[in-house]
Amino acid sequence: MTTPAAPPIERLSPIRRIATALYRRPRLQLGLLLAAPVGWLVVAYLGSLAILFVNSFWRVDSFTGAIVYEPGLHNFERLVSTEIYRTVTGRTLGIAAAVTITDALIAFPIAYYMARVASPRLRGWLVVAILMPLWSSYLVKVFAWRIILQDNGPLNGILRPFGLEGPDFAAGEIRLWLVCSYLWLPYMILPIFAGLERIPSSLLEASGDLGARSWQTFRRVVLPLAFPAVVAGSIFTFSLTMGDYIAPNQLSSVQFIGNVVQSNVGVAGDLPFAAAFATVPVFVMIVYLIVARRLGAFESL
Amino acid sequence: MRKHRAAVAIASLALFVTACTGGASSSPAPSVPASLGETEDALNLVAWAGYVEADWVGPFEAETGCTVNATLGNTSDEMVTLMKTGNYDGVSASGDASNRLIAGGDVSAVNLDLIANYANVFEGLKNKPHNTVNGVSYGVPHGRGANLLMWRTDIVDPAPDSWGVVFDPDSPYKGKVTAYDAPIYIADAAVYLMATQPDLEITNPYELDQAQFDAAVALLKEQRSIIGKYWSLYTDEQAAFAAGDSVLGTTWQVIKNLLDADEVPVELTLPKEGATGWSDTWMISSTARNPNCMYAWMNYIISPAANAAATVYFGEAPVSQAGCDEAETISPGHCDTFHATDEDYFSKVYFWATPQKECGDSRGAVCKDFSEWNAAWTEIKG
Repeated sequence: MTTPAAPPIERLSPIRRIATALYRRPRLQLGLLLAAPVGWLVVAYLGSLAILFVNSFWRVDSFTGAIVYEPGLHNFERLVSTEIYRTVTGRTLGIAAAVTITDALIAFPIAYYMARVASPRLRGWLVVAILMPLWSSYLVKVFAWRIILQDNGPLNGILRPFGLEGPDFAAGEIRLWLVCSYLWLPYMILPIFAGLERIPSSLLEASGDLGARSWQTFRRVVLPLAFPAVVAGSIFTFSLTMGDYIAPNQLSSVQFIGNVVQSNVGVAGDLPFAAAFATVPVFVMIVYLIVARRLGAFESL
Repeated sequence: MRKHRAAVAIASLALFVTACTGGASSSPAPSVPASLGETEDALNLVAWAGYVEADWVGPFEAETGCTVNATLGNTSDEMVTLMKTGNYDGVSASGDASNRLIAGGDVSAVNLDLIANYANVFEGLKNKPHNTVNGVSYGVPHGRGANLLMWRTDIVDPAPDSWGVVFDPDSPYKGKVTAYDAPIYIADAAVYLMATQPDLEITNPYELDQAQFDAAVALLKEQRSIIGKYWSLYTDEQAAFAAGDSVLGTTWQVIKNLLDADEVPVELTLPKEGATGWSDTWMISSTARNPNCMYAWMNYIISPAANAAATVYFGEAPVSQAGCDEAETISPGHCDTFHATDEDYFSKVYFWATPQKECGDSRGAVCKDFSEWNAAWTEIKG
């Protein structure tokens, strides 16, 4: 009986050797996989936020525009003690809240119709219709609204025969509320739509069987289940309105946090003060996200 | 794992901090050249819209071989920021930028002997405080013009002749009045107060002590209630007047020219109180990579033919008599319209200058500087 020849020993190619080594070290494999995105997150995103924060402690020489690298809290003291910055912050957060509430009220019926009433075919068309505006750029939409709200524009054209007037440049806050509500509406509709779709119809039937009228079912079954989705959508509308500076600049003479930051970056070259003011929305959003997480929004995104 | 992550974060933070503090110390001012060499291939400029157009840039490129790349600065502050990057050879700086650039070391002094056409420039444009410091010149003028009052002739009646119409809290055009969106506009309020509140004793609208400054800021806060939209981009004001969103306010001649071309009924005037104005200076960067091209440009832009073409296009006064004569052939009456030779007219125009603590007179260093003007402007806009 002849013993079968031993198989020839293969020389492993470099790639196979690396693959084998990684197979035996799963943590290294995971680390390498995540290195690029986590590296980008830490360096580009967290790193730039860190630079912003560090910058806010410095000062600028008021005439030459050169930065004086002496850390101190003067920028934050100025932010807190000067009334204008409190006014601007309050106004920005107020309009952001108004836009969020408006969008929630408009989006909910639309999302409910799409999720629970519309036929699958109609639902598809409605999703397309809602996503269409997102295909055009933000700036195009802002300019379009600027033309609509113009003194000789279409809105006044419709209202004037009835003796009414659209909001002019002086009614800046109303214009911004109107346009921001329009801009961010899709971002509110979609999470609510997803949230409402997830509610099993058996729950609604059960509620009906137990004797609840439709409004009671809505209030005590649908709303609590859909609330996290509303919070998820509100993250978008609130943060996008709070961070906006182009719409206020184009549509009004109103100042948002972003406009004051921009004027300090460009005008006085006072980057440290602009950085200090820019950290305010960052902290507001951190608090907002912590609350949103508690309310379960992260599962509904 | 958590400690490891914290260590990485702190390490990268430290890295960034040292990188930031390492760089920007002020470098010593480069020496002013005694003679010019061969022109280079390119010229990188920061300029106002309408200052560097093909009509007069083409002949310059053909003559010198310097290919011109112009970056538009929409505002003075943008121009200062751009010049600080050190990537440009020259800039057409207004008075609210020029002194900052000089103090920041971003521009060099100019050897006027190397610019042949400078000898012909009007005396009224030489040695101005916005481009000459301690007798040292930092550039050549492009032209000069005033900030004028413009109105829609079909909406505003009667035709105004005073800045009072934009400062009137009971204005019938409330919500449709416009003003220039920059801290330097505080000087416009000061010019109005020169005429209406002489007891404030304002002699220079850019040198305001506390009392004068407070009065100007109070006037502007009052004005805020009738303002519809402030403008900083000239295209914005053009669109606003064309649409009827603005019917009355501060403007530049070039905007009126553009509205005329679109057949929008507007008219403008220099009000009786006088006005603020600007005389932009071509300045050479302290880090210019193409200095010979820049000197060639500075000489070229104040030569009669080029200056006439540029100032007729933009709507401002040429810098020399020869430039005026050339301008007459392009647009008859141009020099009269812009009062190019009328030093008396320009004595009522207060050119943009950078406010500084040092008042420059017997009051000493009690005036408000640019950072205080900027902070006040944010408060005024509300």
